[in-house]
Amino acid sequence: MLAKRIIPCLDVKNARVVKGVNFIDLQDAGDPVELAAYYDREGADELVFLDITASHENRDTIIELAGRVGDEVFIPYTIGGGIGTLEMIRDLLAAGADKVSINTAAVNNPDLVRESAEKFGSQCIVVAIDGKARRDGGFEVYTHGGRTPSGLDVVEWARKVEKLGAGEIMLTSMDRDGTRIGYDIPMTKAVCDAISIPVIASGGAGTLEHLAEAIELTGCDAVLAASIFHYKEHAIAGTKQFLRGRNIEVRL
Amino acid sequence: MNYRIGIIDYGMGNLRSVEKGFGKAGFKAEISDRVEELMEFDALVLPGVGAFGNAMNRLRDMGMDKAILDYIDTGRNMLGICLGMQLFLTTSYEHGEQRGLGVIPGKVKRLPDNVKVPHMGWNSVSITREVPLWSGIEDNSMFYFVHSYYCDPDDDAWTTGTSFHGKEFACAVGRNNVWGFQFHPEKSSTLGLRILKNFAEMAPGGTT
Repeated sequence: MLAKRIIPCLDVKNARVVKGVNFIDLQDAGDPVELAAYYDREGADELVFLDITASHENRDTIIELAGRVGDEVFIPYTIGGGIGTLEMIRDLLAAGADKVSINTAAVNNPDLVRESAEKFGSQCIVVAIDGKARRDGGFEVYTHGGRTPSGLDVVEWARKVEKLGAGEIMLTSMDRDGTRIGYDIPMTKAVCDAISIPVIASGGAGTLEHLAEAIELTGCDAVLAASIFHYKEHAIAGTKQFLRGRNIEVRL
Repeated sequence: MNYRIGIIDYGMGNLRSVEKGFGKAGFKAEISDRVEELMEFDALVLPGVGAFGNAMNRLRDMGMDKAILDYIDTGRNMLGICLGMQLFLTTSYEHGEQRGLGVIPGKVKRLPDNVKVPHMGWNSVSITREVPLWSGIEDNSMFYFVHSYYCDPDDDAWTTGTSFHGKEFACAVGRNNVWGFQFHPEKSSTLGLRILKNFAEMAPGGTT
């Protein structure tokens, strides 16, 4: 049976790993290639690198990082953050990334999803959706690292990018990110129920119970977390043993 | 003994990760897009990600289709990975009907609708026939898959391993000197690298 994927996320800035709490306070947590190789050895199923520098002069730094990761890491990895052109996608894939995630640029230019999926294949195009609960119900898509409301409905947007050719959705709760109080279950479930491509739940993991809960209650295919792994509160192997104990299919 | 391993570059997919995988496993593999160079290698790898029809068109345009068949005729080992394995079959039903290399009689079909497609992630593999490529790999080990179509060889004798996603399908094939994996050994961590090592260590000329 297809295993649920456990994905450590490495936020990188100037080729160093950082993790923001609600995207503001940053702490240095190490060299990305070293940390990634460590996670491969530990049994992580996949890795996500999010470049939070997102400035244009940083372009070559992240492409170079994508190449260096491939020298040491033999599990799939995704690069995201500030990706806005077909050229950038091509360069990251050519450097060795298995997938790229597109966020703000997809909202501004949905054709980028279609064009990149046609050109490089759906399997390597992840659309990252940052969502936040609306006061009057439902969830709204935010862009620019969670700062800008887009007016789009999260579920409608997920349906649309699936049609455009996205191969996977990485769904982050802006309300939960960095809080460690658990994933946004209703939002994640709403998206999983609406589309048939894989969904990665993200934002809010603070305990192993949170990972199990997201998998059991939403139908997501993968859970992404950062701090609970980076500070070695939980090793990947122990995390998987815990999930296996809950009868969740994992790769041990 | 270290043989020269070639990775065929026909403009489809992530060749560098296959090259790096062999490197990590302790072997040097060389990427080549030159038809006339293929015969110089002791073993060849046909990787590939993307659409079947595009891939066949590219191989034909380069004259690589004929070169691959000639290479296989020499009895040296040839490994197809993901789309590379699918290209060995006779026919694919991805975007209409497409003719493949025809090395393995059979069809490439879409995975069923009752499961998420693409089949993306780690899945367990049942070893249905012991071959040298499985050396050091336990039955039901997990490997990394990304695909929407699967190989259905006419003759089960081709199948060396199966996996299950909506239905059971052949995820590993091998006979004489032609081998294939639907999953990505180069993305399947330690066990995947072991398979690349097993391939690199097989004597030129094929085995079973």
